[in-house]
Amino acid sequence: MRFLVRRVIAGIVTLLVVTMLVFGLSRIQGDPRSLLISEDATQAQFDELGRQLGVDQPVFRQYLLYVTNLVQGDLGESILQRKPVVDILWSRIPNSALLAGAAFAFTILVGVPLGVLSAVKRGGLWDQGVRSFAVLGQAMPVFWIALLLIYIFAVGLNWLPASRNTGWSSVILPAITLGWFGASGQVRILRSSMLDVLDSEYVRLARAKGASELVVIWKHAFRNALLGPMTFATLTLASLITGSIVVETVFSWPGLGLLAVQAVSNSDYPILQGVILLTTFVFVFASLLLDVLYMALDPRVRIR
Amino acid sequence: MTTPVAGPDLSNTWLETFRNLRRRLRRWPLSSIVILSVLVVSAVFAPHIAPHDPKFGDLDDRHIPPMLFGGTSDYILGTDGLGRDIFSRIVYGARISVAVVVVALSIGGVIGTLLGVVSGYAGGWVDEVIMRLVDIKFAVPLILIALALAVILGPSFGLLLGLLVFLIWGHFARQVRAEVLVIVTMDYVAAARSCGASPVRIMYRHIFPGVISIVLVVGTLQVGAVVLAEASLSFLGAGVPSSTPAWGAMVAEGRLYIDTAWWVSLIPGVVIGLLVTAVTLLGDWLRDRLDPRLRQIQF
Repeated sequence: MRFLVRRVIAGIVTLLVVTMLVFGLSRIQGDPRSLLISEDATQAQFDELGRQLGVDQPVFRQYLLYVTNLVQGDLGESILQRKPVVDILWSRIPNSALLAGAAFAFTILVGVPLGVLSAVKRGGLWDQGVRSFAVLGQAMPVFWIALLLIYIFAVGLNWLPASRNTGWSSVILPAITLGWFGASGQVRILRSSMLDVLDSEYVRLARAKGASELVVIWKHAFRNALLGPMTFATLTLASLITGSIVVETVFSWPGLGLLAVQAVSNSDYPILQGVILLTTFVFVFASLLLDVLYMALDPRVRIR
Repeated sequence: MTTPVAGPDLSNTWLETFRNLRRRLRRWPLSSIVILSVLVVSAVFAPHIAPHDPKFGDLDDRHIPPMLFGGTSDYILGTDGLGRDIFSRIVYGARISVAVVVVALSIGGVIGTLLGVVSGYAGGWVDEVIMRLVDIKFAVPLILIALALAVILGPSFGLLLGLLVFLIWGHFARQVRAEVLVIVTMDYVAAARSCGASPVRIMYRHIFPGVISIVLVVGTLQVGAVVLAEASLSFLGAGVPSSTPAWGAMVAEGRLYIDTAWWVSLIPGVVIGLLVTAVTLLGDWLRDRLDPRLRQIQF
């Protein structure tokens, strides 16, 4: 329990530091109004924004005002679209969630069987093949895999659409691309933790009892080997978040990542900071959940 | 040993020598070493190796396919949309990658190692603060921050290096701290302390030598992360300014012509993958060689 409280506090501190960072970034260039307001704004709008942001007050007060607004769900207004940032973010979340979910499904569906297979057939042809896949999967840049898949399945075979969200089939290529890195990571980790477990005494006992090979692998070994990949789940999550920015750009997938990249080319800073804050929040929250899950699965951790 | 004179004997010795050599070489990650040497050599001697100017091309020679795919021997890897030789650009691009890796890794490695040693040795609130900083580092979406900075400050080489240093120091700090926590329980550390050695001396003389191998392993494994991050940032336009050839940027430039000229994008990507694979295998080898206990480190 103490561990949990400490993790929650640490998470809040992380979020606070990120707000400082984002706030600081918006002030690097001096008057934030020049960054936040469109070029054809009138002097009256300019002054009004100054009052809203409290530019006339000390920096600390400005930051306090900024955080107060954040907590109340006010992320400001998009410069280009003239709509609240929160609304724009909300409209993109379903697409990003769909992509991340599909990518995660790919990671599990590919990573788990291949990892187990590789460990069970250790040293064999399957093992060699799977391990090469894993090393290559982690070595190739995400955008390169995206372009290769587009070249093969969209340009060459013309099976799947190359970009935008135009129906269920358009999620396939981006999801595979995004899940690729995670899948190869899972394969490597699951393989080594499976090897450890397969070597343990309770697996030998299960074998000695005469349990069938399937039962030994999936019931006795696999369930215990899962703890290995669990510890790396946060890293997988981070790679999903980082990867989605690149993947959404390549496939023109209308999620948060593409929104951020477009905000950069439009100099729409409020949107960009909205995406940064939201992704940080999601990451902090999700890694907290993973910690809790891990504690539930492995009683040994609770002692810490 | 007598020198064999007769013909068959000689060939036998040769075979023997060859076998010996092969057995000895098998202990080394040969393919990694070859790939990395080729890379460093191309980076250093780029002007002597590249057959064409990497920045300016002949507009009449746009999108010529690689030699093996119907192109000419003049452009062995083909040309891009501006008629620039892809091979020459890759050779020059190696300079960016090597420079970025060397500089970012040494700065990030030094900062991370220092913080890791101090954090593990000091414990208490110092440890707490440093480890929370590491947590924050892992939670911040670096690519988005990078994009924001590139908009506000404009892309530059210095900015890119700063971001990459920020990307990697945390890995060093975490792993080194974990190792230090083990080392401080050793008797020789207690002995040094009872002899009255100052904390700085203990950290420098007694703890630091113990973490060198882990720093080497983490460093090698982080090369891949640095290369991939640099490529991603260049791909998104937040890397080095666009006039310099960088591999990630080359992939980005070619992606609009993926349906007609695949080689513009896909070839530089293969080079990135080759480099990362080479350092990953080297890192794995180094890890097993230096300390099998470290097998847990995967990234």
